[in-house]
Amino acid sequence: MLLITCPVCGAVGDESEFHCGGEAHVKRPASSKPGNVSDESQYEYLYVRNNPRGPHREMWQCVRGCGKWFNAMRDTLSLQFLAFYKIGDPIPPLPGKKSATKTRTPIQGRRK
Amino acid sequence: MSHKSSFMSKKAVDRTISGDNTFTHRLKCTYTRKNIMQRFSIFSLARNALSYHKNWQEHWRSPEPKPEYDVIIIGAGGHGLATAYYLAKEHGITNVCILDKGWLGGGNTGRNTTIIRSNYLQDESAAIYELSRSLYEGLSRELNYNIMFSPRGLINVCATEHEMRAFQRHAYANKLAGIETRMITPAEIKKMVPIIETGKNARYPILGGLYQPRGGVARHDAVAWGYARGADNLGVDIIQNCAVTGILQRRGRVVGVKTPKGEIKAKKVAIVTAGNTTMLTDMAGFKMPIESLGLQALVSEPIKPIIDVVVMAGTVHGYVSQSDKGELVIGGGADPYNNYAQRGGITSWEHTVRALVEIFPVFSRLNMMRHWGGIVDMTGDRSPIIGLTPVKGLFVNCGWGTGGFKAIPGSGFVFADTIANGRPHPIAAPFNMDRFREGRLIDESAAAAVAH
Ligand SMILES: Cc1cc2nc3c(=O)[nH]c(=O)nc-3n(C[C@H](O)[C@H](O)[C@H](O)COP(=O)(O)OP(=O)(O)OC[C@H]3O[C@@H](n4cnc5c(N)ncnc54)[C@H](O)[C@@H]3O)c2cc1C
Ligand SMILES: [Zn+2]
Repeated sequence: MLLITCPVCGAVGDESEFHCGGEAHVKRPASSKPGNVSDESQYEYLYVRNNPRGPHREMWQCVRGCGKWFNAMRDTLSLQFLAFYKIGDPIPPLPGKKSATKTRTPIQGRRK
Repeated sequence: MSHKSSFMSKKAVDRTISGDNTFTHRLKCTYTRKNIMQRFSIFSLARNALSYHKNWQEHWRSPEPKPEYDVIIIGAGGHGLATAYYLAKEHGITNVCILDKGWLGGGNTGRNTTIIRSNYLQDESAAIYELSRSLYEGLSRELNYNIMFSPRGLINVCATEHEMRAFQRHAYANKLAGIETRMITPAEIKKMVPIIETGKNARYPILGGLYQPRGGVARHDAVAWGYARGADNLGVDIIQNCAVTGILQRRGRVVGVKTPKGEIKAKKVAIVTAGNTTMLTDMAGFKMPIESLGLQALVSEPIKPIIDVVVMAGTVHGYVSQSDKGELVIGGGADPYNNYAQRGGITSWEHTVRALVEIFPVFSRLNMMRHWGGIVDMTGDRSPIIGLTPVKGLFVNCGWGTGGFKAIPGSGFVFADTIANGRPHPIAAPFNMDRFREGRLIDESAAAAVAH
C-alpha cells in the first residue's frame, strides 16, 4: 500500500485517501488555430504517455484532505515515492539512469 | 531422459474447427513434425502407470539458440506461444524461436483468473474474441493436451439501471454479431447461483444480467504448456531465461535481437511482451500508446462446490468463479497507477472483497489464501494492438490489458497469419496502432467495467 504525504496541506495517508491522475507535466499542444495542431502531437497528447520502469512523475489528488492536486515522483518498480511537490514547484530531475524510457523534456518554470 | 528426435513426412490436413454455430473456420494445416511427441491417451496413461509415471517425455526441449531464425518471438506468454504454434502449423514456418526473460507462462498468462467470454460490444472485438472462444472449444483435442476448458456459463450481473441498459445494448450487439448471449432476470440468476443475494435490502440489488452460456474458464498454465509442447513438437525453439536487451536494425529494417546469449538474427521479429511492451518498443525506437498497471487476483481456501458459473459484477469491480480444486478465484479492478512490480496494494482487493461479501454473504467467513499481481498493458480504448510497426519486419501484439487470456488462441491465429504474410490478417487489421492517430477507436472501456 502506498503511503502518501500531501505537500499542500501536509496530510499523510494511504493510497485509498488519494487519487492518481496519471502522468504529470503533459503539455497540451495548444494553438490559437486548432488546425495548426498536427495529428501527431494531438495523438501524443491524448494517448502516448511515458511508461517508464523506474522513476516517474505523476499527478495525485488529496481527495480526503484539502482536495488539491499535487505532483509526485515515484519509482514504478520499487513503488517508492521519491518526491512530493506542489503544482508550480520546480520539477525534480529523474534520479540516475535507472529508467529505460527517455522522458519527454519537462516544461520548465512555473505552470498553472 | 533424452528427447528423441526424428523427421516425419509432411502431411497436409484439412481440418474444420467449428466451435458452435457462429464461427466455422476452415483451417488448412500443414504438419511438419520435427520431433516425435508422445501423445497423451488412456493407453499412454496406463503404460506409464506401469513405470510409476517416471518415464514421461519432457514437454519441450531446452535448446541453445541458433545464430539465425526466420522469425523470433519475444515473450513466451500465451500469445507468443500460440503465435509460434500457428506459424508452424498453419504456415509451415518452423524455423522460429521464442525468447523469454523468465520461464514460459510466468507473465500474465500464469497469473490471470482465466475468464473466457466474447460478449463484447464492438464488431471488431466480437470477431476476434469469438474466433478465440470458438478455438478454445476444440483446443484440448487440437493440442492433445487437457486445457480444462469449462464453458460453464458466465453472468455479468447488473446492479444499476445504467448497467442494465448498457448490457441490454451488449445483448443486441452480440445478437447481430451471432454471439449467443441474452439478458436474464434476477429469478433466473438466483436459480443458477443460489448463494447470490437478491433480497430487497441487498446493498447491491441484482436487477438482471447478461448471460453467455458458452463463456467460462480454462486452466491458464495448461494453455501455455499445451501451446509450448505443440510448438516445440513442430520444431520451434523455446528459449527461457533469455531476455531481449536490444532490437537490431539496419536501414529501418529489423535484423535480429540482442540477448545475454549473444545476437540472434532474424528478418522478422515479434514483440509479445504484455506489460513490458514499452521496454521493447523503446529499444526499437518508437513510442506505444500503452501504460503498464498492476492487476491483482486472489483465491480463497478450497471449499465444496458452491458456484458453478462465472459471476462478474461490474459496478462493484468484482468477479468470482470456483476452480476444480475448490478455491474461489476472485479478481477486480487494476491498481490505478503505473506499476512494474508484479504486486499491488491492499486497497484494490479490499474494495473487491468488500463488495463480493455483500453480493455473496456466505463468503464472509472464508479465509483468503493467496494474492498476487501481474503487469497489464493498458491502451486508451481497452482494445489490443496487433500488427505492423514503423520498423520493417517488426511486429507487435500487445495491449490485451486485463482481458487477454480469453484471446490467446484467436490472437495467436491471426498474428501468425499477419507475420507470415507481412500484412494484417483481416480480423487483426482494425487493431492496428494507427487507429489512435485516426480517432478510430474500438472502445471497449465499458466491456465489463471490471478487469477480467
Ligand atoms: C490478475 C490478472 C487477472 C487476469 N484475468 C483475466 C481473465 O480472467 N480473463 C482474461 O481473458 N484475461 C485476464 N487477464 C489478462 C491476461 O492474463 C493477459 O492479457 C494475457 O495473459 C497476456 O498474455 P501475453 O502472452 O500477451 O503476456 P504474458 O503472459 O505476460 O507474457 C509476456 C512474456 O514476455 C516476457 N518478456 C517481457 N520482457 C521481455 C524481454 N525483454 N525479453 C524476453 N521476454 C520478455 C515475460 O517474461 C512474459 O513471460 C488477467 C491478468 C491479470 C494480471
Ligand atoms: Zn492535501
